[in-house]
Amino acid sequence: MPRSRGWIAHRYGCAVSAIVAERLVREFKAVRAVDGIDLEVADGEIYGFLGPNGAGKSTTVHMLTTLMPPTGGRAVVGGFDVVKDGPKVRELIGAALQEAALDPFLTGRDHVRLQASLHGLSRAERASRGEELLERVGLSDAADRKVRTYSGGMKRRLDLALALLHRPSILFLDEPTTGLDPQSRNALWVEVARLAREDDVTVFLTTQYLEEADVLADRVGIIDSGRIVAEGTPAELKAEIGRPTVQVAPADADERAAIVMTLDGFGSPVEAEPGRVAVRLDPGYDLADVVRALDADSLKVAHLELDEPSLDDVFLAKTGHRLEGQAAAQPESVGA
Amino acid sequence: MSATAQIAFLGRRAFLRSIRQPGQMAFALVFPLFFLFVVSSGLDPVSSMPGFPADSYVDFMFAIPFVHGALFTALNSAIELGRDIDTGFLNRLALTPARGIAIMLGNLAGGVALVLIQYCIYFVGGLLMGAHFEAGLLGVPVLFALAALGAVAIGAAGMTVALRSGSPEAVQGIFPLFFVGLFLSSMNMPRNLIENDWFQWIATVNPVSYLIEGLRSLIVAGWDPGTLAIGFGVALGSIALALSVSARAFRARMTRT
Repeated sequence: MPRSRGWIAHRYGCAVSAIVAERLVREFKAVRAVDGIDLEVADGEIYGFLGPNGAGKSTTVHMLTTLMPPTGGRAVVGGFDVVKDGPKVRELIGAALQEAALDPFLTGRDHVRLQASLHGLSRAERASRGEELLERVGLSDAADRKVRTYSGGMKRRLDLALALLHRPSILFLDEPTTGLDPQSRNALWVEVARLAREDDVTVFLTTQYLEEADVLADRVGIIDSGRIVAEGTPAELKAEIGRPTVQVAPADADERAAIVMTLDGFGSPVEAEPGRVAVRLDPGYDLADVVRALDADSLKVAHLELDEPSLDDVFLAKTGHRLEGQAAAQPESVGA
Repeated sequence: MSATAQIAFLGRRAFLRSIRQPGQMAFALVFPLFFLFVVSSGLDPVSSMPGFPADSYVDFMFAIPFVHGALFTALNSAIELGRDIDTGFLNRLALTPARGIAIMLGNLAGGVALVLIQYCIYFVGGLLMGAHFEAGLLGVPVLFALAALGAVAIGAAGMTVALRSGSPEAVQGIFPLFFVGLFLSSMNMPRNLIENDWFQWIATVNPVSYLIEGLRSLIVAGWDPGTLAIGFGVALGSIALALSVSARAFRARMTRT
């Protein structure tokens, strides 16, 4: 990883990486929650910080957002040291932390008004910016309802609006979709992607959902037991693990040998489920090639599926265990 | 933005949050007046004891709703701070430019605004129960101010517990201590008429006695500068002590850089 770029840029005052951490450590008595992580996030990038519960994601966010001082190493956010220049860092960042920390007895509009006031927005700006953001997150109609009546998704959206009130250039989202239904999750993904693409906001997103990191993040850092164990684009990380696998279940058990022979031309055999045949595809081949070959040989199949390597496979390969609570990977499959 | 403006914004939030919890409000309004009614009706013959400083027991007890109100409202403010820590709302505030002192005093300011409204109701309620107020109209704001200072002192002490524990339940847990502290004062009987030595000693060292006696002096004696000065002195001293301890707890809790 090119560790020196951000530091050099910072030192010489040229364009800086939005977030740089170097050997960042946080210890709680005997526990080393964050164990010397290095990372660098470019301006306008969506960086997915993926890991299971207790991996150190939230502790890292707390340090990068100045809420908690590191016990070792250093971090620079928006060009400012998180320990020495906490107030300057806070001016640049917005954060929606793990729990949507809202007052159940205030309305959505009350929250917007309070947050905007504390950020020093003028009265006119408070009103216009507040309305704009409530509209953007789809809460205009519910703005005068107490937050205690909001659904989980509405709370998350309000949390996001509050984080954006003072137009931060760097946004920290700590597990923003945990506990949300798929529709709310998708809506939040769309908004986060829009922020990065249209408003050029740098997004540091922690998640324990593989799909979220895969869909949203330009680059992913995988953290386990306080250490970053892999980093790269989702495609790069998956490519490290290997090529996709095609798995075929013969319709007629007597044709199994013929199917093995046909598949043999597309890659090397790998372990398959009982009664099935699988090959890891060589570069240059894809599922369509396999389907055409089987058809040409008049071989009938009961089931055919393509298993792309997932970030879960990457996680397994890098840590030796799977992410907790992940739904089984959804392979692309074709029933015959 | 000035700290005063921040206190005003945060005080408004604390006030709104409280008035939108009618159950909590109702208890703080009804209990003190109910207590005044029951105790002053049942114990009125006490006022005929030689040396008793008031014409009636309701006059003597008229100060107590103000202390009860201060206690309930101040501890509710501290409980809400504990809840803010528990839910992460304090972190939300920590990410804004709000000063630490503004976050602390804003919470107290909301409680004070609320308690001043309650005091108006206690005052009218007490008069309707037959209490007299010797200090006259000018004495009313002084009565309210002294009682509000008591609320600030209790609130700051409660905030310390909230900040140390990070738990609203822990603040609720200290409520009985404060309540016992109230009983072990000159709340029900003038100190000079307390016959039990240990009780009299505790009531004498209990700062709550001096707060109550300051309030009571306005009600039963009119203007008694000495007693009032001691009352204000004890209240301000308690505030200074409680705020300095809670400020230390606040710095330990809010570790933002």
